[in-house]
Amino acid sequence: MNKTLDMPNQDSGGKFQLGKIFHWFKTPKGRRTVSGYFFISPFILGVLCWVVIPAGVAAWLVFQDWNMIKPAHFVGLDNIRRMFFEDPLFWKSLKITTIFTITSVPLSLIFSFSLALLINTKVKGLAVFRTIFYLPSIMPAVASAVLWAWILNTDFGLLNAVLSYFGIPKVAWLQETQWALPALILMSLWSVGAAMIIFLAGLQGIDDQYYEAAEIDGAGSWSKLIHVTIPMMSAVIFFNLIMGIINSFQVFTAGFLITNGGPQNSTLFYVLYLYRNGFQYLNMGYASALAWVLFFIILIFTGIIFKTVGRQVYYQE
Amino acid sequence: MIAEENQRSTMSSTPRSFWENTTNRRSMGRLVIYAILIVGAIIMIAPFAFLISSSLKVETQVFEYPIRWIPDPVRWMNYVESLTYKPFHIYFKNTMIIALLNQIAILGTASFCAYGFARIEFPGRDFWFGVALATMMLPYFVTMVPQFIIFSRLGWMDSYLPLTVPYFFGGGAFNIFLFRQFFRTFPEELADAARIDGCTEFGIYWRIFVPLAVPAFITVAIFTFMFSWNDFIGPLLYINTPDKFTVAIGLATYRSALGVGRTRWDLLMAASVAMTAPIVLLFFILQRYFIKGVVMTGIKG
Repeated sequence: MNKTLDMPNQDSGGKFQLGKIFHWFKTPKGRRTVSGYFFISPFILGVLCWVVIPAGVAAWLVFQDWNMIKPAHFVGLDNIRRMFFEDPLFWKSLKITTIFTITSVPLSLIFSFSLALLINTKVKGLAVFRTIFYLPSIMPAVASAVLWAWILNTDFGLLNAVLSYFGIPKVAWLQETQWALPALILMSLWSVGAAMIIFLAGLQGIDDQYYEAAEIDGAGSWSKLIHVTIPMMSAVIFFNLIMGIINSFQVFTAGFLITNGGPQNSTLFYVLYLYRNGFQYLNMGYASALAWVLFFIILIFTGIIFKTVGRQVYYQE
Repeated sequence: MIAEENQRSTMSSTPRSFWENTTNRRSMGRLVIYAILIVGAIIMIAPFAFLISSSLKVETQVFEYPIRWIPDPVRWMNYVESLTYKPFHIYFKNTMIIALLNQIAILGTASFCAYGFARIEFPGRDFWFGVALATMMLPYFVTMVPQFIIFSRLGWMDSYLPLTVPYFFGGGAFNIFLFRQFFRTFPEELADAARIDGCTEFGIYWRIFVPLAVPAFITVAIFTFMFSWNDFIGPLLYINTPDKFTVAIGLATYRSALGVGRTRWDLLMAASVAMTAPIVLLFFILQRYFIKGVVMTGIKG
């Protein structure tokens, strides 16, 4: 609300301006400003309390050594130095999370987009297929983690049972370092349904006239896909890509509940490592440094995507 | 994938003329599409089938290999045992309290802020809307540590305040965004007519826009409920007393509690079904709004 009161004051200070201010409040613009800020004031307050202040606290903590019990003391860039030069687990968790992101996000996009394309071919039972594919993504993360811990069980799990039909021997998914991460990637692909629904709606929104025009030009199914569908869907694909990256950098529940980072830290996701530093080892300074670095990593990652893929996006209107 | 291979093998063995016929090719194409979709659907549904089947087995049958899909006998007692092993009725009540508070917070303040963004033109609006979009992309884990410190300084630990109070401030950018999209579809004359009649902005919001936006409210209410019901990291950080646990935390701690000696997968699966069932039920009742919500947040980005 302060903002509203400040605005007319910008070029004045004296008493004699008071009338002018009152007058400004009565103009349509003044009124709109007051009521506009009145309506969005909860949001502004919220950003201040839960984003700006915490971000400031975190920025201060980056330079502190603090375990919430003893008073904090200033350590300069020590947290950052330790992270980059002395902490192999930081690099390991970053590597694991990056591998997870660059495999799970594109695969999810391909699967969800293909499913949407197939469903959109005016199949019978569209609603049934849509429901079946969407259901896994509404399952609570904790319940899904418990279920997958059992699916991935070496001796009695569903995955090994299915693979044995194809003559593939049992794999100790959650006990072997090279298989734990692929298993969690596989699990993440189970919930492609949410993205599929978004794609499906996008596909249904494409005007038929584009396809008709393409057909007149002699385009087959494949060239219609490449020259009409994908360009028309590029904004939606881009949105799903960005949100997929942001979310997969923050994957926590599966790594925490199913493997607890193991075996031998092979599923130590970045935010799981952050969580451990903050809430198990109580290194608040170090955890804040990790949080800020995560923020910049995501910023850079999405920035690159915006600069490269974002250029290709075609926006209607 | 199997279907694809099948098709390829038929393709090579059938005479050419068969494939030159467009109708044949079309109907084969549709067959392939159905085959892929059905295989996909089976893959998607299999984990659920495995979950439900395991949840109804006698413990010894859980450890049978190859998998026994139809439990014999069907043991419904798993559900009773599993939900009374820990006081799940208390967890349920706790989750509902949080969910209710979040509903009030988010439905109230998100629609309120959205009205400002959607229907009033004022200097700085676009800036603040940009801020809203930016917070949508801000990872939760970035502010998690300092928020934890702030809440502990406020003496809010082991209470529901950290899980509810922040949502009274606009209720999250996603929800504001969703309401804003909805409010923007209403014609301007609607508000103008009310303004001429001397209605205040708040009156327009409250008497005209809120009643008209019922579908948007239902959509946001669904997602809010799902969020409160599923939220794991929040209660994990802030709730310590078992009496205050939510369903998600109850289920998570369950695993370790049952894991002493051996893991009772039958009971764990029953508890997982119990936690998933309300969401699935909600989905089937309000499917239309679910889909609309996913689409609205996705498409307009």
